[in-house]
Amino acid sequence: MLTAREVSMIIEGIGGTLWMVLMSVLFGYILGLPMGILLTVTGKDGIRPNAAVYKVFDVISNIFRSIPFLILLLLVQPLTRLILGKSYGATATIVPLTIAAAPYIARMVESSLKEVDHGVIEAAQSMGASNWTIIFKVLLTEARTSLIVNATIATNTILGYSAMAGACGGGGLGDIAVRYGYHRWQPDILLITVVLLVVLAQIFQMTGMFISRLVDRRRVE
Amino acid sequence: MEPIIKIEHLCKEFKLKEMDVHALNDVSLDIYKGDIYGIIGMSGAGKSTLVRCLNFLERPTSGNVVVDGRDLAQLSGKELREERKSIGMIFQHFNLLMQRSVVDNVCFPLEIAGMKRSEARKKAMEYLEIVGLTEKAKAYPVQLSGGQKQRVAIARVLASDPKILLCDEATSALDPQTTKSILQLLKEINRKFGITIVVITHEMAVVQEICSHVAIIDQGNLVEHGKVEDIFSAPQSREAKRLIYQGFEKVAEMKGKRCVRIVFAENSSFEPVIGNMVLTFKTPVNILYANTRDLDGVAKGEMILQLPEDAETGEKMIAYLKNAKLSVEEMEDYESVHRIGGAQGGREEGDEAC
Repeated sequence: MLTAREVSMIIEGIGGTLWMVLMSVLFGYILGLPMGILLTVTGKDGIRPNAAVYKVFDVISNIFRSIPFLILLLLVQPLTRLILGKSYGATATIVPLTIAAAPYIARMVESSLKEVDHGVIEAAQSMGASNWTIIFKVLLTEARTSLIVNATIATNTILGYSAMAGACGGGGLGDIAVRYGYHRWQPDILLITVVLLVVLAQIFQMTGMFISRLVDRRRVE
Repeated sequence: MEPIIKIEHLCKEFKLKEMDVHALNDVSLDIYKGDIYGIIGMSGAGKSTLVRCLNFLERPTSGNVVVDGRDLAQLSGKELREERKSIGMIFQHFNLLMQRSVVDNVCFPLEIAGMKRSEARKKAMEYLEIVGLTEKAKAYPVQLSGGQKQRVAIARVLASDPKILLCDEATSALDPQTTKSILQLLKEINRKFGITIVVITHEMAVVQEICSHVAIIDQGNLVEHGKVEDIFSAPQSREAKRLIYQGFEKVAEMKGKRCVRIVFAENSSFEPVIGNMVLTFKTPVNILYANTRDLDGVAKGEMILQLPEDAETGEKMIAYLKNAKLSVEEMEDYESVHRIGGAQGGREEGDEAC
């Protein structure tokens, strides 16, 4: 059986993982949401097409998404150290996680917003709506179900990345799985961390789906 | 009187990779206040592009659109948005905000105008009453039928108190019964609020039902325009004839030796014109095609009659019909119009064979 120390370590690991994931989702959206909106608005069929701006953000998003996360984690270590003073632990992992998540989130936001029927946008334009009004009152509100579903997917992707960061002293459950489960070969701890990660993913998924259904008015009651 | 919409030498080109598409070629048209102006054409004729140029959702390549004395091309972005508030538009697929309730949809233009929420809601309810949907105020668009959705769209348009209402195939997704009720509502709005209405459609029946004037667009060109009754009873252009005769293709056997097309415009629907004619001449006529209906006690519509072989009786019958205030048109060129349709059919078959 696990010792009391190991139990409290695992509980701390859950906290570390939640902290890492939720903060990265938050910062990821702070950067990724405006970027996704910008991609949608400046795209070819957007409400204010601008090929140059679109290309710049398109390339940025593609570059960051094509770097494998583990490599990105190592690449941004100097930046992490600059911001937080150290490059290991749960808090430090938020930096590479955010950098990995933002372009991914931007793409997700872009694809959600593109689902909004062009006719509805045209109707808003015909009423004299400005582009800002269209972004906030048409695009973001009409696409809210899809945005939430995609946020759920993004959260679980970040959860996966956060566990990967364990390989480089990232903190949280992944870290415990690597250090105790793998290096010290304690299969019980490995199993428990894996189960906990699966449970967390399930909880994120169910919560996301529940909220997305709750705010969707397109269903017949 | 100055027209409320003045379209001058309007051209619109779309540049595609392979070629330039001329969607509109030098279209000029005057629409006056209070008109219900129909713009009719086959699909792809350019009528939707034309209506989108009237509120600059589509910027014309050249030419002017002057709305109520203001040249839209001269306006800044902000001024254009302001102007658009007085030019309402409804669409074939309604384009409601699916995540907003009916009343909040109607509030939308009021929010854009910066009205307070409580006040906007109160005003929205008034407009819902006009379109007869008060009890659906809290429902969401997904719970409504097509006709109800279009009514919400109309209430939403009325909320911004427009001078002009553009209807882009507004009834094309609706069944005939619902189409009729929506057209009736548009007519009422035109009468009650004096809103000028521009109706884009591919159905002659829609034009007949509500329009005062009609313009026929074919391949980006304005081919004929004028009062509905004039164009309907004596179409000049081939395109106009095609559109007006489009229903006749339903008649399988159209081999009458001498056919006339008669148009009812002002006769009382209680007066049996054809029946009386047959009784007078004691000679039967063959009704090859008929599409008439009773609009507030007046017979509206058209018929194609095959007259007797005897030329003399035929002439007399034509005179009789003209005397009965019907417009009568001999149909020598019916066959040529019919052949156009036949040729198209042949081409389609050819494509299938490939």
